[in-house]
Amino acid sequence: MVHLITELSKYTMIILFALYTYQCFSALRRDVDPEDQAWKFRKQVIYLYLFHLNAYAVLFLSTKNVDLLKFYLEQAAFFAAIQLCYGIFYRRASKLVVNNMCMLMCIGFVMLTRLSYDHAVKQFWIAVISAALTLLIPFSVSRVRAFRNLSWLYALLGITLLGVVAVLGAVSHGAKLSFSVAGISVQPSEFIKIIFVFFVASMFYESTEFAQVVKATAVAGLHVVILVLSRDLGAALIFFVAYMVMLYVATRKLYYFAGGLLAGAAASVVAYFLFNHVRVRVVAWQDPLAVFENEGNQISNSLFAIGTGGWFGMGLNQGMPYKIPEVKQDFIFSAISEELGGIFAICLILVCVSCFLMFLNIAMQMKDFFYKLVALGLGTIYGFQIFLSVGGDIKFIPSTGVTLPLVSYGGSSLLSTLIIFAVIQGLYLMRERALEEEERRPKRGRAARLEAEGRAGGGAPEREKAPKKRAGKRKGRIKSHEKTIHGTKVQDIE
Amino acid sequence: MKRRSTERKSRTSNNREFAVITYLFVGIFISLMGYFAYFQVFRSEDFINSPYNARLNTFSEHVVRGEIRSADGKTLAQTVVGEDGSETRYYPYGNMFAHAVGYDSNGKSGIESFGNFNLLRSHAFFLEQAVNGLKGDKNQGDNIVTTLDQGLQEAAYQALGDRRGAIVALEPSTGKILTMVSKPDFDPNTIASEWDGIIADTDGDNSVLVNRATQGLYPPGSTFKILTTLEYLRENPDYQNYTHECTGSITVGSTEIHCYENSVHGTEGLEESFAKSCNTSYANIGLGLDRAAFAKFCKSLLFEEDLPIAYPYKSSRFELDAGSTDEEVAQTAIGQGKTLVTPMHMAMVTAAIANQGVLMKPYVIDHTENYKGVTVKEYAPSQYRTLLGPEEAAKMQEFLSLVVSEGTGSALSGQIYQAAGKTGSAEFSNNKGESHAWFTGYASTAEKGTIAVTVIVENGGSGSSVAVPAAKQVFDRYFGQ
Repeated sequence: MVHLITELSKYTMIILFALYTYQCFSALRRDVDPEDQAWKFRKQVIYLYLFHLNAYAVLFLSTKNVDLLKFYLEQAAFFAAIQLCYGIFYRRASKLVVNNMCMLMCIGFVMLTRLSYDHAVKQFWIAVISAALTLLIPFSVSRVRAFRNLSWLYALLGITLLGVVAVLGAVSHGAKLSFSVAGISVQPSEFIKIIFVFFVASMFYESTEFAQVVKATAVAGLHVVILVLSRDLGAALIFFVAYMVMLYVATRKLYYFAGGLLAGAAASVVAYFLFNHVRVRVVAWQDPLAVFENEGNQISNSLFAIGTGGWFGMGLNQGMPYKIPEVKQDFIFSAISEELGGIFAICLILVCVSCFLMFLNIAMQMKDFFYKLVALGLGTIYGFQIFLSVGGDIKFIPSTGVTLPLVSYGGSSLLSTLIIFAVIQGLYLMRERALEEEERRPKRGRAARLEAEGRAGGGAPEREKAPKKRAGKRKGRIKSHEKTIHGTKVQDIE
Repeated sequence: MKRRSTERKSRTSNNREFAVITYLFVGIFISLMGYFAYFQVFRSEDFINSPYNARLNTFSEHVVRGEIRSADGKTLAQTVVGEDGSETRYYPYGNMFAHAVGYDSNGKSGIESFGNFNLLRSHAFFLEQAVNGLKGDKNQGDNIVTTLDQGLQEAAYQALGDRRGAIVALEPSTGKILTMVSKPDFDPNTIASEWDGIIADTDGDNSVLVNRATQGLYPPGSTFKILTTLEYLRENPDYQNYTHECTGSITVGSTEIHCYENSVHGTEGLEESFAKSCNTSYANIGLGLDRAAFAKFCKSLLFEEDLPIAYPYKSSRFELDAGSTDEEVAQTAIGQGKTLVTPMHMAMVTAAIANQGVLMKPYVIDHTENYKGVTVKEYAPSQYRTLLGPEEAAKMQEFLSLVVSEGTGSALSGQIYQAAGKTGSAEFSNNKGESHAWFTGYASTAEKGTIAVTVIVENGGSGSSVAVPAAKQVFDRYFGQ
């Protein structure tokens, strides 16, 4: 009987998650009216709860661990609290981003419970605290205007912290990534990447003159070099790509982007010959089975898991994901693919893609150039981290040891991702308020719009300064084909 | 109006870079998902079937292991489920397929090992699987249909009798493994109870678990003259003019090389030297060869290389190089010295000669089907590598035919099939009287095509008197005499 439920649940969980994923994209359509829109998001929440219930039912039946019942209820209450808080305080936030955030954490809790109950409980309480801490962020982002003026402070903070970690940090898994504060191990690079995005955005907000680009590039390069030296290759790549993308968009110069990527490729080749820890990853990627006893062990086990799981998975608690070293952090995707199935895993990628699209969507909608760049930078960091994590797990690219945001085990990764999501929600709030004021005074043209923006930004003195710098970029009207979706507006790409 | 259009332009281009980045990332994500799908469909089996993958063992909790069948419809292995649900793996032919099919207790070997995943998967009708799931019953696993021919295996098994050795038969045009016998053997039905005794028997001559067809390394003896001849043909386009005066022995350095049973062959050309397997002539030929080129050639014929087969195997050895002494070269040219070869490798070289120089990848799983007989997956023949040019292969075919028509393989002449091949009597100890008996060759008829057979009989004596008759029994069975 238990076997039957496990077997059937394989399919029901895939169906529930596929329906959820479908709504992520059907909600992006332009021709949906707001009521339908709201109903779609309510359906997503229903699918989330059904999936959550189904998964914990299977986990309970296969382990007979009574603690799971309590744990399940705590999680359900946690998701309800998040939904409620956003419903009450941030009615204008993106519902899709809230739902995705809950869904990804939910999948993470399910998988971690299956892998190690104790770690799952720890992760859950970190999530509760982090969610509470980040609840204020959307408000402050939408009200405080000073974030754009702190460029050198960001740089100082980032470089100092990274330097301290590189010099003093504990050696964990061949990479100096973390240090302990009061018994809690913190991985600063997870937070510095957010500060880094703010740094780059404020630099380019000030100016995109050549001299400024040189300064910004020098500081960004310093970040990357310190990360490479402390062997955190994944983070180094993420910083590098985020900087190149922001540089390209801010300056609109394709040759910066192309040149940067070429330089990056050349640097990778140099790193390959210079550093043994880079070569090891490449060797394991080329033919993992040939070096199974050593370098290839982790990736081989990951591929055993994914392959044996197939499209429909082995069922929760039916596989052997624990055979993969570091499965809770870097290889959680392989564990999901093994037990919940390849279809589920593809849907998981799609949900992450929908988050990424929401980040880029708000980047395009914002009129404030600083926040345009912030949203772009955070979106790039998030999207590229998904690519590195999943790509490494499935042997599409050499493994770089990067977590899957919101799903993997790890407090720093979870908190930093929740901060990113909260910042994005703050931008949705700003955008939404600007639109409302615009609608109230639809016909008064430029002056009214500028004023609206000034208020959105909060500080009156800025009113003169900002438009001057970005003159010509804030004049456009909302185009006729922009449609309201999920309580906010989306415009055509091109 | 004009102002408006410039506004519009600046606004669209304002977000152009954002759009570029979005599309770039969407492209990356699509390739990521594409690779994931590609891995699941095309690459996953390489990893699933890996012996390192511990997951397969849990499959048997929900699936009754499928059957292994021969190409001619006989059951070679099946799982018998008792009334109490106990499962016993039963091998109707006992020892006959011990190494080819393998065993499934105390570890796994043969097809039971590399076909494990196929046997433990069920492609029964999905509703039936659902009902079984409801009732808590196991599903019936898929069957493996092999390329092995039970009748031919039986002929080879009997031909080898109670002597040690191995017989391999391949279909050169496809690479199908038709027969694979290795002796001494064991009964896979009772291996669990005999395991301790088998493991305790450390006498290297017994080692019943070793599949001599793929893991037995033997000195090739005169069968190696095939390779020496091919290299000589490559280096000497005027090979027609070769002559040698055989006096029954030749002295190279401090070694005296004799012809088998001290025969004296007199004046002979290359063809005759090959057909009569004249050692003095071949020692002479070897001394004239470019040593580095010879080593390179043997490497191209898979000596010191990996073999494309699923069975565990040993790579054949060839240790000559540019710095080797004359004595080593002379010994190597006649198949003694340090050269070692597996019967399967020799069969593959022979099959490639019979197939105009092209080596087909040997395979033993023809297809898998669900227990109702519906095909699940077919394994098609595939070319592995072109070992020889078509002209070289044709020339070697002529030489091999001469061995049968007027040389050491004459017992195979005058049959309903056209046979060709090379004998060998490989000395393996300092005792001059003892030798392994070799034959490697092929035979064909218009209707039944071509079959390549390699025979080794350990300490059997001469190739022509021991290995050739064994090969003849296999040919006779195949062509239906």
